Amino acid sequence: MKTLKNHLGLITSLVIVILIAIAPIVSGNAASREVVFTILRAIVLASSLNILLGYTGYVSFGHIVFFGFGGYVGFYLITAQGQSLWVAMLAGGVVSGLLAYLLGKAILRLRGAYFALATIGVNEAVRAFINNFEPFGGPTGMTMNFSVYQEYGGAMKALEMSFYIMLVLALLVVVLSYVVRTSKFGLGLLAIREDEDAAEVMGVVAPDAKTWAFVLSAIFPGMVGALFFFKNGSVEPLDAFPLHTSIEMIVMVMLGGQGTVLGPILGAAGYQRMRGLLVTSPIFKNIQLAVSGGLLLLIVLFVPAGVIGWARQRWPKLRRVLQ
Amino acid sequence: MMILQVQGVSKNFGGLQALSNVTFDLPEGQILGLIGPNGAGKTTLFNVINGVYTPSEGRVIFRGKDVTGQKTYHMAHAGMARTHQIVKPLNDLTVMENVMVGACFGRESHNLKKARQIAEEVLDFVGLAERAEQLAGSLNVGQKKRLEMARALASHPYLLLLDEVLAGLNPSEIAHMVDIVRRIREQGITIIMIEHVMHAIMNVSDRILVLDYGQQIAEGSPEEISQNPKVIEAYLGDPKLAERLMEGGE
Ligand SMILES: Nc1ncnc2c1ncn2[C@@H]1O[C@H](COP(=O)(O)OP(=O)(O)OP(=O)(O)O)[C@@H](O)[C@H]1O
Ligand SMILES: [Mg+2]
Repeated sequence: MKTLKNHLGLITSLVIVILIAIAPIVSGNAASREVVFTILRAIVLASSLNILLGYTGYVSFGHIVFFGFGGYVGFYLITAQGQSLWVAMLAGGVVSGLLAYLLGKAILRLRGAYFALATIGVNEAVRAFINNFEPFGGPTGMTMNFSVYQEYGGAMKALEMSFYIMLVLALLVVVLSYVVRTSKFGLGLLAIREDEDAAEVMGVVAPDAKTWAFVLSAIFPGMVGALFFFKNGSVEPLDAFPLHTSIEMIVMVMLGGQGTVLGPILGAAGYQRMRGLLVTSPIFKNIQLAVSGGLLLLIVLFVPAGVIGWARQRWPKLRRVLQ
Repeated sequence: MMILQVQGVSKNFGGLQALSNVTFDLPEGQILGLIGPNGAGKTTLFNVINGVYTPSEGRVIFRGKDVTGQKTYHMAHAGMARTHQIVKPLNDLTVMENVMVGACFGRESHNLKKARQIAEEVLDFVGLAERAEQLAGSLNVGQKKRLEMARALASHPYLLLLDEVLAGLNPSEIAHMVDIVRRIREQGITIIMIEHVMHAIMNVSDRILVLDYGQQIAEGSPEEISQNPKVIEAYLGDPKLAERLMEGGE
């Protein structure tokens, strides 16, 4: 009982993810499942980014690179190597983590805006590379033979299964986010976010801590990439590395509350809902990105702590629940 | 035993010679006062000792090991802690969390549970216990100085570098802080203390080292220093300071 109480923040977050996913589970409605699948994907991406952006204080503008890279490697393993989805997801996570490790050694020495710019460069560089990499299909990408889905009980079943896998990934990423937030390693990250020099003077080995934060923030996007393009049935450079999705991820984290566990979950769900309304509206369809840019500006100006950060300040008693 | 040996240390920033050929030994358990006019190089000397800067020349030896050019976190792990003249609180973390960082990542590298226990003790010691759950950014200057002190102490260092912990405090806060410094020394921690508040540093130091334009112009007991003509001359540019220096020695 006592341990449950100690982890109220985790329980709240997990329950909220399940509540978000419950409608299609109960109704079995395929359209609603597609909507929620996108929201769960956003939760995984935003919560992962939050480990770097919210806990460590480093803005990655090109974080979608890990989604795309993991997605490509996973897709290649399934279509060209005949591997299972499980192997593909595992590999997607591992290669993205590895990419982050190498990048971390190279660019995490840069601070502030320089790091942010470098991450954009990395995303564009990887996209350019894959555009010219024949085994991955170059600019046209790769497509999957539908017979691949046979192994999973047919296309319909594979779609449904993808949804449940995404739900599991979302729950796992929330656990990861919570464990990092409440660990000694996480305290070191928060110290780096607040003042990197002061943190180092107190003994935090910032170069290592930052690199591991970067790696942790890259693994789940890589796995989700592999799952997403398996379900999608095709992959091409423009779908795998959309820079604007990187920016949307930042908006989600900021909207919900950077540096909290629950914030990116609510931010992702809220943003996806809004985006859904915008893209179906004839007026806003084409300026949906401008709206997210404007939203980001408003958040930074008026509620820099995001919804959850604001609520934690407003009602300190709720801090145990809202983590 | 010498806990710290500074040997022929120089540091220049472009054309500016901030430190030239500073040499001294610090025996374990002492309080060394470091004084000098503004811009004399006192903070720079701290920065060279704890690894913020690599000296342009010379060596720093800590507990018998050459640590010249080591990173600040290496120095923290080796048992050196410091406060900052311009305080650096981790604003969005609580006072408790700030101090836990010191205990978790410093010399003894504790887990969170043990770190919390140490932080409680240290916060009690510096008189910030009631503020433990407050955000560090919401403290006033005097409290932030004590927080700097608490973070440094939580690592249970061998050597503590205090950079103007009395600046900006009112007389009763100064008395409180001086008392804290004395009690830290009683725990066996060696201290180097930079200070402009003369009566305090003259009272509390075993020895004093005087810097002027990066040169080490005098070293000795507080009595010797307050009567040293070179020191008085260095402070003559600021007659008030010179006056306070004389008073302090009495
Ligand atoms: N990073 C730096 N780059 C360039 N010059 C510097 C740097 N740090 C210090 N200085 C210069 O070195 C000299 C010594 O500065 P330092 O801060 O060590 O003085 P101080 O004795 O601590 O003075 P104060 O009593 O005002 O704190 C000053 O002229 C200062 O401007
Ligand atoms: Mg100074």
